[in-house]
Amino acid sequence: MMLLLRLFAEFFKVGLFSFGGGNAMLPLIYQSIQKFSQLGTSAFSDMVALSQVTPGPVAVNAATFIGLEAGGIPGAVFATLGVCLPCFLIMLIVIRLLDRFRGSTLVEGAFAGIRPVTIGLLLAAVIFIMNGVLVKGPVVSAEMADPGYYNWIPIGIFAVSILLISLLKLKPLHVMLIMGAAGALIYGVM
Amino acid sequence: MQKKTEGATSNKKRDEGMINLFWEFFKIGLFTIGGGAAMIPQIQQVATEEKGWLTEDEMLDCIAMGQSLPGVIAINIGTYVGYRQRGLAGALAATVGVVLPAFLSILILVAVLGAIGDNPWIAGAFTGIKAAVCGLLIVTSVKLLLQMCKGRDGTYARKSHVVFTVIMSVLSLVAVGFFGITAVLVILAGIVIGIVYYRITVMNGSREVDK
Repeated sequence: MMLLLRLFAEFFKVGLFSFGGGNAMLPLIYQSIQKFSQLGTSAFSDMVALSQVTPGPVAVNAATFIGLEAGGIPGAVFATLGVCLPCFLIMLIVIRLLDRFRGSTLVEGAFAGIRPVTIGLLLAAVIFIMNGVLVKGPVVSAEMADPGYYNWIPIGIFAVSILLISLLKLKPLHVMLIMGAAGALIYGVM
Repeated sequence: MQKKTEGATSNKKRDEGMINLFWEFFKIGLFTIGGGAAMIPQIQQVATEEKGWLTEDEMLDCIAMGQSLPGVIAINIGTYVGYRQRGLAGALAATVGVVLPAFLSILILVAVLGAIGDNPWIAGAFTGIKAAVCGLLIVTSVKLLLQMCKGRDGTYARKSHVVFTVIMSVLSLVAVGFFGITAVLVILAGIVIGIVYYRITVMNGSREVDK
C-alpha cells in the first residue's frame, strides 16, 4: 500500500509541475523513476520507446508503464490516476474562475496573447514529430542538402494527407486510418 | 444516464450522452500518436464541426488553455469539453475516455512485449500515422490562424490585429521549434504581451468611439 501511495504522489507531482505536455514531461518523469529503486536508465529508455509506438498521451503511457513495472496492475492504476488528477482538477478550477472573470482586461488580454502563441506551439510540435520521421535527424541541420537525409515515403504520406484533408475534406481520423494502413503495407511488404 | 430531468434545461446540447462523450474521446485517445498535439486536428473537427459541442472561438480558447496549463494536454482539453457539455460527470467521462487507450495499450503491450516493437507492419503503420499527423496539424494550424485573424466582436482594429497575430505565432514557433525555449516561458511572455496589447487596442478603440 505504501508503494501505491508513493507512486500516486510521485506522478501527481509530475502532472502538477510539467508544462508543455508530452515530451516536455520526460525529464520530470525520469527524476521520479530514480525513487523506485528497481528501475534504472534502461527501463526509462524502454519506456520512452514504448510511449512513442503506443496510442495516447506520452505522460500517461509512461505513468502506466512505470507503475506496472514497480507495482503490477494496481501500481499502473495508481500512477496513471496520479498523473491525470492534477490537470483534471486544475482545469475544473480554471473553468470556474474563467466563467467569473470573463470580460476583465487581464483575462481577455491574456487570451489575446496566448491564442497566437498556441499556433506557434502547434507548428513547433509538427517540427518535433517530423524529427526522425520525415528526415533522418533533426529537421534543421547541416545535412539538409543531402537527398539521402530525407525519408521520402513519409514525406509522400505527409503531402498526400494535406491534400486529403484540405481538398477532399476527409476527417482527420479517416486520414490517419488510411495513412496507417498505407504505412503498414509499404513498410511491411518492403 | 437520465438522472437530470428538469425538462426546461435539457435542450439538444445537453442531451449529448455521457457514453457518446466517452466514445468520441476514446477514439481521439486511440489516435493520439506522436504527442498530445496530435489530438488537436481530431478534437477540432469532432467537437466543433461534427458535434457542435463548442463554437470555433471556444475551441480556440480551449486549445490555448490546454497548452498553457500544467499536465497532459489531452486531459486538459477533455476536461474542458466534457465539463462544458455535461458538467463534472461529462468532464470525467471525456477524461477517462481519452486516457483509457493509453493505459490499456501499455498493459497489452507489456504482456506481449518484444513481439510488437520489431514488427515492420506495426512500425510502418505508426510511421504513416505520424507523417499524416504532421500534415493534419499544419492544416489545422492554418485554419485556426485564419479564424484568429478575423478577430471577435470588433474589439480589434482589423489590420493591426492580423499583424499582431501573425507576428506572435511566428515568434513563438521560432522560439520553441528552432531555439528550443521551453513552452512555459513563451506562454508567460505571450500573456504579458497580450495584456499590454489588449490595453492599448481597447484604449484606442474607446477613444475612437468617444469621437
